[in-house]
Formats: sequence, structure tokens, C-alpha cells
Amino acid sequence: MHELAICQALIDQVRRVAVENGGGRVLSITLAIGPLAGVEPKLLEHAYPLAAAGTVAQDAQLLIEAVAVQVRCRKCKAETPALANRLLCGACNDWQVDVIAGDELLLQRVEIEPAVEPVY
Amino acid sequence: MCRDCGCSLGPAAARVPFAAQPVGKGHVESIEVITAILDENDRVAAHNRTHFDGHGVLAINLMSSPGSGKTSLLEATIKALQGELRVAVIEGDLATENDAARIRACGVPAVQITTGNACHLDAQMVHDALHELPLDGLDVLFVENVGNLVCPASFDLGVHRNLTLLSVPEGDDKPEKYPVMFRGADLALITKVDLLPHIEEFSVQRARNSLRQVGFQGQIIELTRRGGPGFTAWLDWLRAQVAARQAEAA
Repeated sequence: MHELAICQALIDQVRRVAVENGGGRVLSITLAIGPLAGVEPKLLEHAYPLAAAGTVAQDAQLLIEAVAVQVRCRKCKAETPALANRLLCGACNDWQVDVIAGDELLLQRVEIEPAVEPVY
Repeated sequence: MCRDCGCSLGPAAARVPFAAQPVGKGHVESIEVITAILDENDRVAAHNRTHFDGHGVLAINLMSSPGSGKTSLLEATIKALQGELRVAVIEGDLATENDAARIRACGVPAVQITTGNACHLDAQMVHDALHELPLDGLDVLFVENVGNLVCPASFDLGVHRNLTLLSVPEGDDKPEKYPVMFRGADLALITKVDLLPHIEEFSVQRARNSLRQVGFQGQIIELTRRGGPGFTAWLDWLRAQVAARQAEAA
């Protein structure tokens, strides 16, 4: 269960982004996670409230965008989808492939409520 | 790889600079960030690497399930390389100092990191342990991770090489079950092959196929710590890595 450690790192980043952008309440956080990141999105969702409690992000909605695994074959150069435990070229079945998507563990976007009402 | 830059998320995402950049104008500000969630760990890992490089030390992370023979392999390796390579070990364990005591009994320095309930080592824990270890005069630093085929895979420690052990009693399909762990390794060691006559369910060929199937592209060595050609091949791999590192440092 390393998802709590991941959440704590996430909250540290989100707090920094919030402070740099006016310090308002965080409304939503969008992540991109691929199957090869070694992180279970469901466990991350469970751990999130523990890490976020008492922070500017404690009421934020956690949105997780799944990224599909994609490989590029070194032999036939085809780019094909693959499963996390079957990283083979979908065209020629060779194992010498490079993962081009699916190992992301990214903070993509943070939505923040402005701390101060804008003056019109 | 591209795990940190967002380029796989499409051209729009890839063009966004890493620094936070407000894009919204209404009452809600939407800030595009695109950073690795573990970028603080990655920063400390890079710092550790600088430490190792500054001292010309090759750092190797050992990962596997509990009981696959990490500490036994280190004991046998230290004995085999006595007087040839200067070795130290950082030991990760949930609760005990047992492994560090075993390593110290071989006559080399060992620092134990007791992680409590943490299921993995991270770059900061390794960094803290480095302050208790004299890196001067070392050739190789082994970091023995917590026995776990899941969590350690997500944390860069700043080492130069990652090793994953797969022992014969565990079964030959472990790579498919834990693809993230095995995929990221530089060397795979199939350990306890002296048990093969007793465990007929284990096929070395199936284990090799399973490793290739999850995208493992490095060398695979079958060995037992009791010696033999596999153990010699492991020592040769290690010697070659040390020589390459020292040539780079010089």
C-alpha cells in the first residue's frame, strides 16, 4: 500500500500550486495514471482523504484519467496497444518494444477557487 | 522515458510547459501542471546519484519478494569478492535489524533502514542512510529493498542499476503477475536453481518467456549462491558494471 505515500507527495504538489496561484481552496485535481505506473487508482482514491485532511485540498474532487498502454516495435516499427503484462508488438508479436504510453503518474490539472473576489 | 512529460497524453498536453500556468479567467482557475507526482522523490534520487557519482561508487538496488534470497546472495557475493571489491550495504526491512547483522558478520559496513509499516524504500530514506556510510573508498553499494514485488517499483532511489530476483519456489509466472517490478529491472536473477530437481512445476524457459513478455530486456542469469557457472556469470556482470562506472568517473 504505497498509495498513501503517493497521495502525500501529490498533496505537497497541489498545495504548492495553490499557493503560487492565490492560495484559494482547491476544487478539483486531475491525474493521469497508466497501468504501468504501479499505482492502483482505487487505492489512491481511498488514501486521498487521509492525505488531504486539514489541507487546502481536503474537499477537492479527485479525477483520475486512465491512460492505455501503447508500445512501439523496434523491429517492425508498428505502434500498437498492449496489456500491462503482455508488452508484445501487436503486429509482429516481438518482445523488443518500447513503451510509449501507459507508465504515467502525472498531476495534470488543478482547479482553484480564487481566494480574493476579482474587482470589476 | 515519457512518464514525466505528458507527451503521451496528446499534443495539447505535451505543449504545456512544466511550470504552473493559469489558463482560466472565471471564478475558478484551472491550472495546467503536468508534473510527475513523485517529482520530489525523483529530485532526491538525482541528488543521491550525484553523491554516488562524486565518489565513483556503483549503486545497485535489489528487489524481490520476501525470502527469494537477497541477503543470502549478498553474503555469498561479499565473500567471493573479498579483497577484490570494497562493498557496503543499505538494508531495508519493516521491523528487524537481522539482515544488517548478517551483512556486518561478513565484515562489511551495513546500515539498516527500519521502515516501520512502509512497504518500500524511497530516495529520502536512502539519502538519510548515506550520512551513516563512508562512501569514500567504496566500489559497490548495494541497497536491499523491502521484500515486496509491488511498491518498491514506483520509487527511484538514485541507484545506477536495478536487480530483480525470482526464486524457484515462487513459481515461474511471477513476472506476469508483477509486470511493473520486472519490466523496470536491468538484470534478472533466477535464484535457488539448486531446488529445480525438487520443484518440477518451475520451468526456467517459462520464467524467461514470462520476463520477455512483460518487457524485460536485460540479461537473465540462473544461479545458486552455492556457486557454479551462474554465480560466476553474476560476479562477472558485477565486475563489468563496476569497471564501466569507474571508467566513467575517471
